[in-house]
Amino acid sequence: MADLSSNFVGIKSPNPFWLASAPPTDKAYNVERAFEAGWGGVVWKTLGEEGPPVVNVNGPRYGAIWGADRRLLGLNNIELITDRDLFVNLEEIRQVKKNWPDRAVVVSLMVPCIEEAWKTILPLVEETGADGVELNCGCPHGMSERGMGSAVGQAPDLIEMITRWCKATTRMPVIVKLTPNITDIRAPARAALAGGADAVSLINTINSITSVDLDNFCPEPTIDGKGTHGGYCGPAVKPIALSMVSEIARDRELKGLPISGIGGITTWRDAAEFLALGAGNVQVCTAAMTYGFKIVEEMVSGLSNWMDENGHRTLDDVIGRAIPNVTDWQFLNLNYVTKAKINQDLCIKCGRCHIACEDTSHQAISATRNGERHFEVMDEECVGCNLCVNVCPVDNCITMEPLAAGSVDPRTKKKVEEKYANWTTHPNNPGAIPEAAE
Amino acid sequence: MEGTTGTAALDDGIVAGRLHAETLRTNFADLHAPLSAHEARIEAERCYFCFDAPCMNACPTQIDIPMFIREISTGNPLGAAKTIFEQNILGGMCARVCPTETLCEEVCVREEAEGKPVKIGRLQRYATDIAMDEDARFFSREASTGKKVAVVGAGPAGLSCAHRLAMHGHDVVIFDARPKAGGLNEYGIATYKTVDGFAQQEVEYLLSIGGISIELGQRLGEQLSLDGLLGEFDAVFLGIGIGGVNAMLADGSETEGVDNAIDFIAELRQATDLSSVPIGRNVVVIGGGMTAIDAAIQAKLLGAENVTICYRRGKDHMNASDFEQELAASKGVTIRHWLQPKRVISSDGTVSAIELEYTAIRDGKLTGIGHTATLPADQVFKAIGQTLIEETADGLRIEGGRIAVDKEMRTSHDKVWAGGDCASGGDDLTVTAVAHGRDAAESIHKALSGAAR
Ligand SMILES: Cc1cc2nc3c(=O)[nH]c(=O)nc-3n(C[C@H](O)[C@H](O)[C@H](O)COP(=O)(O)OP(=O)(O)OC[C@H]3O[C@@H](n4cnc5c(N)ncnc54)[C@H](O)[C@@H]3O)c2cc1C
Ligand SMILES: Cc1cc2nc3c(=O)[nH]c(=O)nc-3n(C[C@H](O)[C@H](O)[C@H](O)COP(=O)(O)O)c2cc1C
Ligand code: SF4
Ligand code: SF4
Ligand code: SF4
Repeated sequence: MADLSSNFVGIKSPNPFWLASAPPTDKAYNVERAFEAGWGGVVWKTLGEEGPPVVNVNGPRYGAIWGADRRLLGLNNIELITDRDLFVNLEEIRQVKKNWPDRAVVVSLMVPCIEEAWKTILPLVEETGADGVELNCGCPHGMSERGMGSAVGQAPDLIEMITRWCKATTRMPVIVKLTPNITDIRAPARAALAGGADAVSLINTINSITSVDLDNFCPEPTIDGKGTHGGYCGPAVKPIALSMVSEIARDRELKGLPISGIGGITTWRDAAEFLALGAGNVQVCTAAMTYGFKIVEEMVSGLSNWMDENGHRTLDDVIGRAIPNVTDWQFLNLNYVTKAKINQDLCIKCGRCHIACEDTSHQAISATRNGERHFEVMDEECVGCNLCVNVCPVDNCITMEPLAAGSVDPRTKKKVEEKYANWTTHPNNPGAIPEAAE
Repeated sequence: MEGTTGTAALDDGIVAGRLHAETLRTNFADLHAPLSAHEARIEAERCYFCFDAPCMNACPTQIDIPMFIREISTGNPLGAAKTIFEQNILGGMCARVCPTETLCEEVCVREEAEGKPVKIGRLQRYATDIAMDEDARFFSREASTGKKVAVVGAGPAGLSCAHRLAMHGHDVVIFDARPKAGGLNEYGIATYKTVDGFAQQEVEYLLSIGGISIELGQRLGEQLSLDGLLGEFDAVFLGIGIGGVNAMLADGSETEGVDNAIDFIAELRQATDLSSVPIGRNVVVIGGGMTAIDAAIQAKLLGAENVTICYRRGKDHMNASDFEQELAASKGVTIRHWLQPKRVISSDGTVSAIELEYTAIRDGKLTGIGHTATLPADQVFKAIGQTLIEETADGLRIEGGRIAVDKEMRTSHDKVWAGGDCASGGDDLTVTAVAHGRDAAESIHKALSGAAR
């Protein structure tokens, strides 16, 4: 049996599945239920300063995007940090950690950019016995208007500054949670590292308006006729999160900075992909909010079975394994030539591949043969883009088949070279480095 | 007395009131409940929006099915209804009565993929119901051309023809022999397929375009003659269906208690109180098509104790689709094959049993093989096919027992068009009659516009 136990910056948990800081982790009641269901850890819902807590809107907080069958694909929220009293939260954290010593309890924090504020709150958290803190530099709505959350996350110097304050104040590991609402995610990550962060976690939510009510022209969710942008999360954001995680994992300057992967993780497979791209563990919010805590069972069993089947014994056998294969466009092999191939036994003749290629791409799929409905790729026209694969409703019906080295590409009439060659040396590239003479 | 049976439940003979009114109401309720908005959306999302969609090509009226389904999925049911009505103004009825399992849904790629086609018929009903409930109208008449066209027969063929002619600005008069318009939509289709007076609602909805008047109780061959119509109108369309009934070649077929299935169905369709419709206790239906199935099912639903369909060939030869056969079986109808009627046995002047002979195909020909079976019967329904009453088509060329027409539905007379069941080359389906009527109207329009120039 694969060993799923996780050690993330010294914080141990029986599995790498943590609940992200959000409503599922806002109270002892929820967190107790999460641990009973099998979650490895939680990042407690973000705490703010001592004093009257923030207030949330009393109208709707969520907007959503659905796929077929009204399956939730993307969720948007305008919730703020915890609206419960700081000391009630701290007392509950202490009790939960006591009840569940083997689970990770990390506390998310967001206080103003004043050294005193951080110096005041950190010891209070430390006293609870919590395993670490996560600095919320990501919340993109409400709190950011008050100079916190993503307002900090978008200013690398502020990230560095508060991280340094925290590291100087506490013995606990400090994780900096990043906002994706920024052009180059490496800049805030580098700032966190410079401030002494033990790790970064990403992504927080993405600025979004999910829809507009066309009856009254209000963005959703609508509160008394007005709306505001919220933060987007759920399956729809996974590709963005994966890319950002990989950028940090690949960065030379950041090499070795642990990453807690977040964003759209819904199944064990999503989680494994984040691990492969360099995340040391993962955090989940929307999937739990959609299906309840029980999904962690599927995540644990799925990851463990996949690891067993592939001979991965521990998480370290998986973490970062895909990183060497992430490269820049300019280094992709231009001598790798593929052609789409339709498996006629699987094809149900919907014609989607044809019309996609015909109308919008390369006119490479015929629609008839001898007057009969029949879809077949014409190798002379196919550029190998795989659009057809992605629009075909049948799994594995269209596959991309590489041409063997030495064969002739019927489209270009050129021989397929065995040798790897990329754009940096391509004759059409004005800036190409001339190849060394052979 | 408890239970679902009425007082006359087990009486012999042909009697009314075998079941309680309440039971009859449930028995004859909508075969398929309409889809809710949620169900429609989920179902619509299953459609792949196929290129040159097979379903569309299988629809005799060529409705752009992927388009109307996409319109439903985007919350635009009126757009969907318009897409449907543009090709098929009786899209509401067709959604209820089309044997989709042998038309659009048979070739749906999801049938091939997983044996579960998109429920095209039910989605079509969803969209057309909304449009009709809201009385949303999509078509208007063009300026009057001053041309007059007579349409004989207010069935699906005639109605569809009239509507398309009205769109083009021609003045249309529909003549029908019956007291109500609708043709078999009103007098033939099984009750549970078209509940709550839908046939008449549809006629009204369609006539609201204007420019069409209807004269009922006018029979070609009696009050009207083709020559008379040709004298008064610029063109004539015949959509008179097939009103004749094939004779049953069995001794005693004139015995009381031996009835035409279509007459029974018409009576049932017109009944305001189903518990007043008499039915036998042991009913035998002779035939293998849609009419046989519908008569048998409705006999059973009225409370007949035993209903048996006897068909002279095998299951695969039956005109009724698998779905129809299964529906009959699920209602408790027994279907027996390779049996042909030989002799009606009577007592006291009414039928008491029917003797049937087993059949087989020998040397490519269907023949009786001598062995017989006798089934008790106090009522026998003949459902062995209808025919064109040829006198009504006097002077027109006949082909295979129907009025001969070309691709444009032109008959051998240059001012007469025909379509629907009475015309050659069809398949005796509502939807085909609609297609014929529409295409004939386009051809008539072309002819009349040409003449004007
Ligand atoms: C019992 C039964 C069940 C059926 N079930 C289905 C089904 O579920 N699905 C399906 O697709 N099809 C079904 N059909 C077939 C379908 O009803 C017909 O194909 C369709 O109605 C043909 O339309 P039409 O306009 O050609 O003729 P009809 O509907 O027969 O209409 C002809 C009209 O012409 C009138 N008429 C006839 N003679 C004259 C005359 N001399 N002068 C003036 N008017 C005249 C009639 O009164 C009638 O109104 C069924 C048929 C029957 C008999
Ligand atoms: C309603 C809601 C409230 C959230 N509140 C917080 C918060 O207080 N602090 C925080 O760091 N992230 C917060 N998040 C962001 C999540 O922790 C997480 O980063 C994001 O939802 C992406 O993960 P997912 O796709 O699994 O949901 C919130 C998300 C939601 C949906
Ligand atoms: S791979 Fe691209 S070019 Fe080739 S057939 Fe598919 S869609 Fe067309
Ligand atoms: S998209 Fe797939 S199933 Fe549809 S025709 Fe093309 S290959 Fe066949
Ligand atoms: S064949 Fe089926 S999936 Fe394709 S367009 Fe028609 S209904 Fe949709």
